[in-house]
Amino acid sequence: MRLRLAFLLGGFAALLMPAARAQGSGIKVPTSVEAGSAFSIQTTGTGKGVLYIVSPAQALRRDVQLGETVTFPAGTLYNSGHYLVILAAGEATENGAFDVLSSSKPATLSFLAKPSRLPVSLQNGITGAVYVFDAYQNLVTKPLPISFALSNLSSPVQARTVTTRDGAAWTEMNSGAKEGAAKFVANAGGVSSERIIQQVPGDPCSLRITARPAGQNIALQTDPVRDCGGNAIPDGTIVTFTETYNGNQSTVDVPLKRGIAQVELPARRGAKISAASGIVMGNEIRWGG
Amino acid sequence: MIKHILAATIVLTASFAFGDDQVSVHVQPTNFQGPRQLQGQTQSAVIRDYLQSWQSLHTALDQNNAALLDPDFVGTAHDKLAATIQQQASLGIRTRYQDRAHDIQIVFYSPEGLSIQLIDNVDYDTQVLDHDKVLTTQRVHARYVVVLTPAEARWRVRLFQADSQ
Repeated sequence: MRLRLAFLLGGFAALLMPAARAQGSGIKVPTSVEAGSAFSIQTTGTGKGVLYIVSPAQALRRDVQLGETVTFPAGTLYNSGHYLVILAAGEATENGAFDVLSSSKPATLSFLAKPSRLPVSLQNGITGAVYVFDAYQNLVTKPLPISFALSNLSSPVQARTVTTRDGAAWTEMNSGAKEGAAKFVANAGGVSSERIIQQVPGDPCSLRITARPAGQNIALQTDPVRDCGGNAIPDGTIVTFTETYNGNQSTVDVPLKRGIAQVELPARRGAKISAASGIVMGNEIRWGG
Repeated sequence: MIKHILAATIVLTASFAFGDDQVSVHVQPTNFQGPRQLQGQTQSAVIRDYLQSWQSLHTALDQNNAALLDPDFVGTAHDKLAATIQQQASLGIRTRYQDRAHDIQIVFYSPEGLSIQLIDNVDYDTQVLDHDKVLTTQRVHARYVVVLTPAEARWRVRLFQADSQ
């Protein structure tokens, strides 16, 4: 309520001000200024005054000689925004307004790539979003082309160009067929930002086991386990061996070591032995049957 | 279904703590880029938190107290507003920004869900005071580009920029 009253009183006072205006005092302001560039405001009248330039983005105050042009050197006003200009001379005030616009030259990119790790050969599995900023951390809102490129040693480069809307752009990329680190780069006007995406093998593509006698047991071993792109499945991935005999079933979980899983199971004539990893089933072996 | 809900134009009236000051809020149908679906609940939370940030902006710049920005602003937006407050305090001036009408449209929801961008065609009253003397009171119309990012329990304004585009 207090604030509302303050606004009402302020507005009333502002309405009265033109009547008390010093003769001939005035200002001429530019329509817009590029962030960080020099500009000037022309005043008219005689005597001394105070010039205010305010917005939520920045605030300035200058003592001025009316009738002179007030110059502001480069770097004085650097935050984008809508600025009010007030020239106060005694009890009189003159108002103006202008915009400070972000530069169209990018200086930094805020680039977020997700995820940082994903399986190979995933369609549109990688996303990148960019916000473009000028040298003063203003969002560059003029449309700008952003080049996105995803590359690693063994896959062809994927490239897309997207034009920003209100300073933002995004894209999707497929993960490559081969495992390893991929570079994801966003570039705007020569300014680039790079992220590393780890591409890891996908699920096993197939599983093949072989068996040989080992005394009272059967020695079972998988072939090297790979995904559908030929990438070795990481050690530690579990392979489950299952032996079925006379209606009974026993299972053993074995982690991959150097790309293969090995285990010994009791040799029972007529037993059926199989292996599985993830969603992939291997071949079935019937022992001595 | 969600799309249809979002496509509807919503007109809200928010009543804030400043006596019976009312702010009219118009939410445009979403027209955003990005593959991520914007849930109605998320949209409501973003707009609620953004409108709240105008209150913080108002009190912080009126009292020249940057700490009042902390709940609602973060990153560049916070740093720039805090710098303005410091400038105002050193110059002996204060400003009051009282929002009157918002026309908001969400234009970008980043794929990973970590930022939302909106455009607000806002009308607000500006009052400039030099050592408690009111210099001017003006109604201003501006187009704001705003980016919010999620914090622990709310969305906070990370970029707050008037833009004449």
